[in-house]
Amino acid sequence: MDLAYGPEYETFRAELRAFLETHGSEAPGRRGEIASVGSAEVTAWQAKLIDRGYAARTIPKEYGGAGHEADPLIATILSEEFGRTHVSKGVGGQGIDMLVPTLLEHGTEAQKKRYVPATVRGEMVWCQGYSEPGAGSDLAALQTSGRVEGDHLFINGQKIWTSTAQFSQMMFALIRTEPDAPKHEGISYVLVPMDTPGIDVRPLKTMTGHAEFNEVFFDEVKVPLANIVGRRGEGWKIANTTLRHERNMLGSSATSESLYEGALQVLREERIDGGRAVDSPVLRDRLMKLQAETIANKAHAMRLLTSRLRGENAGVAGLVSKLNGCQLNHDLAGLAIDAMGEGGALYRGSERARDGGRWQFQYMFQLGLIIGGGTAQIQKNIISERGLGMPREPKAVKAAAEATPGSDT
Amino acid sequence: MDFGLSEEQALLDETVRRFLDERLPMSRVREVVESESGVDDEGWRALAELGVAGALVPEAFGGAGLSLLDAAVIATALGHGAAPLPFVGSSVLATLLLRDVADGDVQAQWLPALAGGGARIAVGIAERVEARQGAGLTEAEGGLSGTALFVLDGQDADAFWLVCGDDAHLVRAGAAGLTAKPLPTIDRTRRCVEVGLEDAVPEASYRGVGASLDRVLDAGRIVLAADILGGCDRALALSVAYATDRKQFGRPISTFQAVKHMCAEMAAAIEPSRSLVWYAAHAWDALPDEAPLLATLCKAHLSDVGHDVMRTATQVHGGIGFTDECDLQFWFKREGLSRQLLGGPEALRAHAARLQGIA
Repeated sequence: MDLAYGPEYETFRAELRAFLETHGSEAPGRRGEIASVGSAEVTAWQAKLIDRGYAARTIPKEYGGAGHEADPLIATILSEEFGRTHVSKGVGGQGIDMLVPTLLEHGTEAQKKRYVPATVRGEMVWCQGYSEPGAGSDLAALQTSGRVEGDHLFINGQKIWTSTAQFSQMMFALIRTEPDAPKHEGISYVLVPMDTPGIDVRPLKTMTGHAEFNEVFFDEVKVPLANIVGRRGEGWKIANTTLRHERNMLGSSATSESLYEGALQVLREERIDGGRAVDSPVLRDRLMKLQAETIANKAHAMRLLTSRLRGENAGVAGLVSKLNGCQLNHDLAGLAIDAMGEGGALYRGSERARDGGRWQFQYMFQLGLIIGGGTAQIQKNIISERGLGMPREPKAVKAAAEATPGSDT
Repeated sequence: MDFGLSEEQALLDETVRRFLDERLPMSRVREVVESESGVDDEGWRALAELGVAGALVPEAFGGAGLSLLDAAVIATALGHGAAPLPFVGSSVLATLLLRDVADGDVQAQWLPALAGGGARIAVGIAERVEARQGAGLTEAEGGLSGTALFVLDGQDADAFWLVCGDDAHLVRAGAAGLTAKPLPTIDRTRRCVEVGLEDAVPEASYRGVGASLDRVLDAGRIVLAADILGGCDRALALSVAYATDRKQFGRPISTFQAVKHMCAEMAAAIEPSRSLVWYAAHAWDALPDEAPLLATLCKAHLSDVGHDVMRTATQVHGGIGFTDECDLQFWFKREGLSRQLLGGPEALRAHAARLQGIA
């Protein structure tokens, strides 16, 4: 057991800290980074980060990245330091985190050249077209169709839960191109320019009062067959490589730590009958309970990082972070709200709402994350089946027999 | 950065588990818990040869000189086996007190005997955490009087560490004025006693050692949490195995999501708990500023996770889980005692708040 990173990593961290101190003020505002993709401010900052190996670090130089070897410790330091200073860590989102790794693994040379450098520079923003109204947990049931005519696909159907669709130039989508093939074998991974005629993006307002997502409708949307990544009908397999990555991103322990600190501050500041909320033994007990979970999740993240460094398979331990983290975040927001009493129900529009209604927003938004990115129930299926070796339900076994063995999520 | 067990620690874990599988299977545990002493003396001496009894005894005194993380690994394996052995009381609490507060002569007298498995010392420290039912000790003219409750591993102990305020006293079992009465708890795999004292004269007394007592309490909490963790591992493994065997409605109940999700919930709670136990034990060894809070929250958290896991595991077993014949009840009851020892979760969380200046 050794929690130190070692001298060469501490040098890297010191250099990064110095850079953030000197140049952090040049960074674009974090909240605006997606909406303002392509702006001179964003691309200039992104170029500066890539130049020093702080962004697009493991993407090869020939595709516009910094061309370094993957190193989980460096990745952790980058995330810690940018997170600590609240400085934009450059262009993020599904383009750079999900599409680029997929293209580098499965794309043609032409596709890589055309899309990866522009995405990495921050000039091209992507949205993900996976979920449909009838295909949520059972994603492979998706029905948005791509009819092949000559060298083109004609896409019809609807996608949902499409965040950033309103700013995106491109979508990577799962489209059913082989209607007669078995469920999992009839899907292709398609790159769709969002300015193609026939695409209609409508904001999807959620219970938070904001439209964090969109619905995207397709009516005879014409896309070249050359925009398919991998072979026709292989889209399910290709998408699965990046879905796993998304599940790792959700439920990070850093979010819980920051929510815990915030909740602690709320309990210290809130006054109940002249005393502090944190002096209520009941509220304090809840706070300490959640602190223990927060620290357990932080220790668990260090353990999973070590598994990656050692090249070990973490087994069932590697499957529980999303389930635990999202639930904990929801509970932390719930505690902060309860500590405020009636004031906890105030929301945007009230001058008395603490932190501009942040806690109610988090309470609702974190519930959304318990559902999104693989519901808690799907996570429990994964934990019990892959982690504990328990069997699938008989019906699911039958359906999976139609699919490529081992290709299911 | 290396947050995990070393190869040596993995081997230690495997060695203790294999020993218990072979020498102390549940059929043997059932025999031992019906005996008067409640301890498998032969097994304890054999484990002593493997370095378990003297894990925390310095090498100079014939022990293995291991870390608290090593002790936590051992405790997890012993919890997994519901082992009727005096590890937490004698090998952790009493040994650390000898190490931290005793003088050289007393150390030389007791530590080698503890490491060899031939002697046992129990520790009465419950009243430092919370004095219940009027228990507690007073000292007058060199003699100790009063009651110490829940003295862990006190059955047939050779001596007792007894805590009175910030002082620690070592009293021989045969001392005039000392009686040790069994306190039968739900957990038959570890024996607690009630020590009554009437002007009993200690063999040695150490004054103003409150800081050492607190540090020993932290270690005890971490090791009890590790014991609960091992019990949780076993309860989950038993549940998955039972659900795989048991058929209802014409198929194994492991194919029903209602059952699978209960098992998944246990695993999801257990794995970060394991990380927390390792973290707290490592902090006790190497990060003294962080150790008190981590030890406190670790024990509180494992007690809650342990309770949920034991209830859920029993539920997965259905009616069989409620029978005496089903081994699962041993871990249910062992956790039931561990949860209360050295502070229940609510008391510990209040303590954690005080440690951080929140309360």
